[in-house]
Amino acid sequence: MARAAYQRGDDVAMKQRPSAVGKAADYLDQRTSIGVLVKELARKVFPDHWSFMLGEIALFSFIVLIASGFFLTMFFDPSMALVRYEGEYPPAMNGQLMSAAFQSTVHMSFEVRGGMLMRQIHHWSALIFIGSIVLHMFRVFLTGAFRKPREINWIVGLTMLILALAAGFTGYSLPDDVLSGNGLRIIDGVVKAIPLIGSYLSFLIFGSEFPGDQVIPRLFTLHIFVIPGLLIALIALHLFLMVLQKHGQYPGGGRSDKNVVGYPALPVYVAKMTGNFFIIAGVLTLMGGTMAINNVWNYGPYDPAPVSAGTQPDWYILFVDGALRLMPGPGFEWVLWGYTLPMNILIPAVIVPGILFTLLGTWPFLEARATGDHREHHVLDRPRNRPVRTAVAVALFVAFLVCALAATNDLIATHFALSIFAITWVLRVLLFVGPLFAFFVTKRVCLALQRKDRELVLHGHESGRIVRFATGEYVEVHTPLDPQEVWLRTQHTSPRPLEIKPAMDARGVKRKGYRSDRRWQRLSEFFYEDRVEPATPAELAAAHSHGEHDAIEARTPAGVGQGTSGPRTAGPRSTRPGGTGPGSSRPGTSGPRADGEGATGPGEEPRPGSKG
Amino acid sequence: MSENQNNPADTSHEVTVTPQAGTDVERFADPGVPEHKHRLTDTDPRAAKRAERTVTFLFVLSILGTIGSIVAYVMVPPDGTTSGVRLSTLLIGLGLAVSLLGIGIAGIHWAKALMGDKEMVQERHPLATNDADRAIAVKDLNDGLQDSGVVGRRGVLKGAFFGALALFPLAIAVPLIGSVGGDWNVSKFKHTMWRTGTRLAIDPSGRPIKAADVTVGSVFHVVPETTDEFRETHEWINEKSKAVVLMVRLNPEDLKADQSPPGETWSHEGIVAYSKICTHVGCPVALYEQQTHHLLCPCHQSTFDIADSANVVFGPANRRLPQLPITVDDEGYLIAQDDFAEPIGPSFWERLK
Repeated sequence: MARAAYQRGDDVAMKQRPSAVGKAADYLDQRTSIGVLVKELARKVFPDHWSFMLGEIALFSFIVLIASGFFLTMFFDPSMALVRYEGEYPPAMNGQLMSAAFQSTVHMSFEVRGGMLMRQIHHWSALIFIGSIVLHMFRVFLTGAFRKPREINWIVGLTMLILALAAGFTGYSLPDDVLSGNGLRIIDGVVKAIPLIGSYLSFLIFGSEFPGDQVIPRLFTLHIFVIPGLLIALIALHLFLMVLQKHGQYPGGGRSDKNVVGYPALPVYVAKMTGNFFIIAGVLTLMGGTMAINNVWNYGPYDPAPVSAGTQPDWYILFVDGALRLMPGPGFEWVLWGYTLPMNILIPAVIVPGILFTLLGTWPFLEARATGDHREHHVLDRPRNRPVRTAVAVALFVAFLVCALAATNDLIATHFALSIFAITWVLRVLLFVGPLFAFFVTKRVCLALQRKDRELVLHGHESGRIVRFATGEYVEVHTPLDPQEVWLRTQHTSPRPLEIKPAMDARGVKRKGYRSDRRWQRLSEFFYEDRVEPATPAELAAAHSHGEHDAIEARTPAGVGQGTSGPRTAGPRSTRPGGTGPGSSRPGTSGPRADGEGATGPGEEPRPGSKG
Repeated sequence: MSENQNNPADTSHEVTVTPQAGTDVERFADPGVPEHKHRLTDTDPRAAKRAERTVTFLFVLSILGTIGSIVAYVMVPPDGTTSGVRLSTLLIGLGLAVSLLGIGIAGIHWAKALMGDKEMVQERHPLATNDADRAIAVKDLNDGLQDSGVVGRRGVLKGAFFGALALFPLAIAVPLIGSVGGDWNVSKFKHTMWRTGTRLAIDPSGRPIKAADVTVGSVFHVVPETTDEFRETHEWINEKSKAVVLMVRLNPEDLKADQSPPGETWSHEGIVAYSKICTHVGCPVALYEQQTHHLLCPCHQSTFDIADSANVVFGPANRRLPQLPITVDDEGYLIAQDDFAEPIGPSFWERLK
């Protein structure tokens, strides 16, 4: 068969003179059957949305990191050998004892043309890299893109976040300046706090006591070889899975779990992604060219005695640093059988990040279990339709924000002339109160938005047109939604808490596994106890059956009452009745007050249409 | 809805379609992909031409940016001063940024204005292998396993096989781990280079300090006195990391207490010396406030009261800073009575052992 195809190719070739590209493609295909791949991928459809670009920003800033990092390795000397700086600039450095690493950093900044530019591009790219990973993960989390079949890719992504943090930290330490040296010393302090093996881990990292003369070369190998190598492998896996599973899509007309609606890879995405890469590289270059970052010669070479006030780590370490600052010390260093367990360090620096990453890693499985969900999902959730998930994300964000603020408490104190003790105490309280409050508010906002969706579907947009009847009655005309608008607000399903088999079976024998089932049911109730059903055609019909709007609209000349703001009509504030699951009849979320039949709450204008 | 999401026993992996029939009273119907709206460049040839010219202009701009960047590289070399470096960085950076942004914006504009924008629909297929293929795969695996001849017998062979595989990394790991931590002597954490009679010297000059030169209220950053040669070695940096001391002279009536055990005097006429390494995670504690006699760690704001045994006043540290017992020698220089009585710096597992 291959022979036949080859022959046919020759026939075609005889008819039209083959182009050079055509010949090269033929050469390659006869040896690799690459045609199959091209056929599969060239016109592959990808959905479009601005939020899908966040992961792209991460990928492209990683490429910029590789390119600028290669430049830096040409001039950086990863050695802790002690040298005396010789060079006129910067003058304060001349004659100082420093490591070769620091000397080469200053040298590449001041003597190598474009060296400073590349250093600054590299540092800014690192900050943007991790920032875009975090935003991308928020997008994936909020839209439920981690659900089946993408759980594995979520774990791959989470692993890459951890590697990116490691890459950031190892790179930050390489110049061997006072700032990064003190950062390493904090790491040493945290590592020593780990029970049983902490002291030995410290020796393992530094090759001797802190700081020793080994750590910079070791971090260098990790930073330029091990971590980027793993990242490249995982990026390949991440993208492979994305292509294999096809990208998820936001809900909309014609979009389902069985299709993908969008634009073809060739030419649209090839052009857009290439363009996007150049734009991101351009913006990062602009930042590197115009915004100074990490002027290490101002800090000086590492010396264990000095430290400067008002120092912060790079933004992605802020939450750990802030947690370290918030933790009260006295009473939290425990001595057990003569061994020291400094919980004042372990809780903020080991346990808190541990809980965070464990929660992120297990979330897809917890949520699937609590939802009783085994289906494939390719249509993304609107965040409002999963109130608890969205609220958890916002709560995590608030916790991060409080910790990041705590990591700047000294700057807040000096800039606003406040007591540092007072700030710390306020933030200690906020760390617990803030996320809880954010959770509660976000969940309520999500439920309210869902009710708003129902109201829109059932009663239409407020048109601002007021119509007066011959009887003197005023009515505001509502414009019905078009089918696309309706579909966006009704395409989802609202999950219910799990139903489990009773504790006793028919013969009154206790059922094994009931307690475990009940635990999962409790989690499920936490997720889905408060719920709002999407509107249905039946409800829409009911909402219209007693109103006279439709008839009026046909009769009323356009323009009557235009621009007049009429009284707000009272839509149904409660959800469709008939929830059968446990807890689904919680007051305020789903009750009998459905279709405006006398549904006038306090403070609401009576709805004229309901009298019909 | 035809499917039951809440049935825990439902382990099917098929994609369930949401019903799309328009007659359903429970679900609204999917209206299908929205009608395609043409862009201006699709309908107006002049707009398309304009977009084409814009894209071309942007590519040309990029070329100019590249040239500008190279001109800046050649014409504006950094002269070593901060402002020279800044100018060179700025010009090369701007040129490169224009070069990159030109290509980027041109590409996006090209794609959005001129390339086809008709939405396409492709089917998704269930990711799971179909049952027939899956059966073949399972059979192939079983056949392969049978052919290997190890299923259900040759237990010794299997044990040896897995044993060998599990053990060989040790031959690499043992030498690596043996050497990677140097001498692994973690008891070094408990001692510093302070000895009986070591003079206190100013950091970084290394000049010894006379008690008479320490005025009330002044703060000294102190290191042990040593030779100039030793001060140029890594051993010195390691030792200095543990031995740095902050010394303050207080009015003797302000000094409420220090850490001297009964019968000993660790301070000298109001001069007290405390380890400068924070007992939290090891930052140098360097911010001293004269009015309150508080010593603040700039890293995590642990606050110690120098007038009262360097006890923790606030912050994440749990323990007071260890005191260096000092006195004066015959020539009036401040000297250490001995090493610190307890390990300095952050806590570790074996600290009290």
